[in-house]
Amino acid sequence: MNTGLEILAQVTVNGIAVGAIYALVAMGIVLIHKATEVLNFAHGDLLVLSAFSAWALIHHAGLPFWLVLPLVGLGIGALAYGLDAVVVRRIAGQPQFAGVMLTIALAFMIRGAVSMGFGTESQSYDTPWSGQTTDLLGVAVADLSLVIMGVVLLIAAGLWLFFGKTRLGVAMQAASQNQLAAHLNGVSVKRLNSLVWALAGVTAAIAGIFLAPLSLVDTSLWLITLKALAAIVLGGFGSLPGAVIGGLLIGLIEQYAGVYLPDGSRDIAPYVVLIVVLILRPRGILGEAHGRRV
Amino acid sequence: MRYDYHTRYRHGFALLRHRSDWIAYGLLALVLLAIPLFASTYLVGELGYVLILCVASMGLMVLTGFTGQVSLGHASFVAIGAYAHAWLMAQGVPFALSMPLAGLIAAAAGLVVGIPAIRVSGLYLAMVTLAFAIVVEQIIGMWRGVTGGFMGMLVETPRLMGYSLGAPRVFYYVCLFVAALVLLALANLMRSGIGRAFTGVRDSEAAAFSLGIEVNRVKIYAFGLSAGITGLAGALMAHHIGYLTPDAFTLLLSLDLVLMVVIGGIGSLRGAILGAVLISLLPNAVSALKALLPESVARQSGLEIFVAGLVLALFVLFEPTGLNGRWLKLRLLVETFPLYRRDTFRRQKAYMKSERNR
Repeated sequence: MNTGLEILAQVTVNGIAVGAIYALVAMGIVLIHKATEVLNFAHGDLLVLSAFSAWALIHHAGLPFWLVLPLVGLGIGALAYGLDAVVVRRIAGQPQFAGVMLTIALAFMIRGAVSMGFGTESQSYDTPWSGQTTDLLGVAVADLSLVIMGVVLLIAAGLWLFFGKTRLGVAMQAASQNQLAAHLNGVSVKRLNSLVWALAGVTAAIAGIFLAPLSLVDTSLWLITLKALAAIVLGGFGSLPGAVIGGLLIGLIEQYAGVYLPDGSRDIAPYVVLIVVLILRPRGILGEAHGRRV
Repeated sequence: MRYDYHTRYRHGFALLRHRSDWIAYGLLALVLLAIPLFASTYLVGELGYVLILCVASMGLMVLTGFTGQVSLGHASFVAIGAYAHAWLMAQGVPFALSMPLAGLIAAAAGLVVGIPAIRVSGLYLAMVTLAFAIVVEQIIGMWRGVTGGFMGMLVETPRLMGYSLGAPRVFYYVCLFVAALVLLALANLMRSGIGRAFTGVRDSEAAAFSLGIEVNRVKIYAFGLSAGITGLAGALMAHHIGYLTPDAFTLLLSLDLVLMVVIGGIGSLRGAILGAVLISLLPNAVSALKALLPESVARQSGLEIFVAGLVLALFVLFEPTGLNGRWLKLRLLVETFPLYRRDTFRRQKAYMKSERNR
């Protein structure tokens, strides 16, 4: 009985740690979708790019982790700003499908460039917390997981403050609700959208830098985009708190399915959840209900 | 410039309207029929594969191009068709019967996926199909009794009335036959009531509904038809690969199919074929390109996917109507020379339009 409880506690902690990463990725995708209505399939590849850049900076340039984090974050943020300003902005006004195709194309290009630039082999690097565990109420928790949870909490709180309290954040909200009205009120919508991309890029970079030591630095990390999509749908499309809740839930569901359900169900659980939620309750947990407009 | 002068009622809806069309398509057919007589076995095999992809791409075109329903998971229907065909053949069902059955099984799966399409649309549908494809891929890997799991499954040599169709040169004709049949069937279907209903649903669901088209039913039909055709392509693919494993039907194949449809040009069968040809020849073009590049760049493996992404991005940005649109423009240029006006196809300035409230 006790061991069963211990396993449950362990699995729950793991689920929350993985879910925190999903939540971070999901928030990045939701940010961009809210602002520009583009579903960014290249988000996972930005994450891969940041993981590889971090690895290269730590291993080849020998920089300390604390320097790499802001460097890569700013670099990827600038890249994301450029992506929107130069490429993605051009398809405004075209059907949503064009945005999907364009970001898939960008994803392919980033992935190709990463495997050309860094090679296709899996890599790994250490963080200041690698290999250490803390005893938390009888459950051994990897320090890295705790740090990840803390970072995600911090970012979520930061975003909440940013969108609620700052001038720029309110302007971004306005632009995401109605671009024309925001523009008429003196908000420079184009620059703001690019800034949102940059913000999302920074979250992708942070997610990549912290996810890579958990698994490996590998191009297949981009698949996290799909799990983040499941999280977004579960939480409610276009809702930042929803993305966090959905991410945590998907992480938990995945871990529980791996332990308590038959073999292989761990890999499909997030996608089954995605399908079921979309069919039964398309607006998810926290999504707003939209009327159907003709 | 050419003006149509109809002397009979049927002229108005002939598939090939002009003598020049007859000559052009006749020549194309002759070339396609004659290729195995002089080309190398490798080339014939590759061309057979291109034809299979053409069938799959036409299948997706029915759904995405004509009905406007996005699917990012069509590899699952290819996989279902391939495995159903291989399994039926292993049970002793003859080749000629097993292929249509495989198509029907894939169509049934398509109907099942079509049901959520009633409730969700746009991005949501893209995600449902994406998730479905991943689930199917995993299930195939786990269902060892039928599919052989990740170990794979051998596909038997196709036989028709005692003759083996396994040799690449013979199998090429099988592919050509199926591709031509599907093309003809779709070209005719798109001019029939149900085909017009597909296009109506794509252009405006509300307008289609108010004209008495049962939108939900049409969407499900489109899914079934599209999945069935893609399943046929899957059955052919099974023979082309020879040994089925789940790795052959990953997300990349789904995305490749979408690439074909988008690059070819949404809403035209010619586009589906042109797109399939371009995408399937792209790897060859890239390896030819590698010969020109310095050694250090050419050895890297990411170039193929980079070029595929670049081509897709350029098409989405600069030629949203795809290869078919480019073809139509070129044709108009030749036909109206020297009176071609560039502005005929100028794109209007577009503004951000929210699709959030659909």
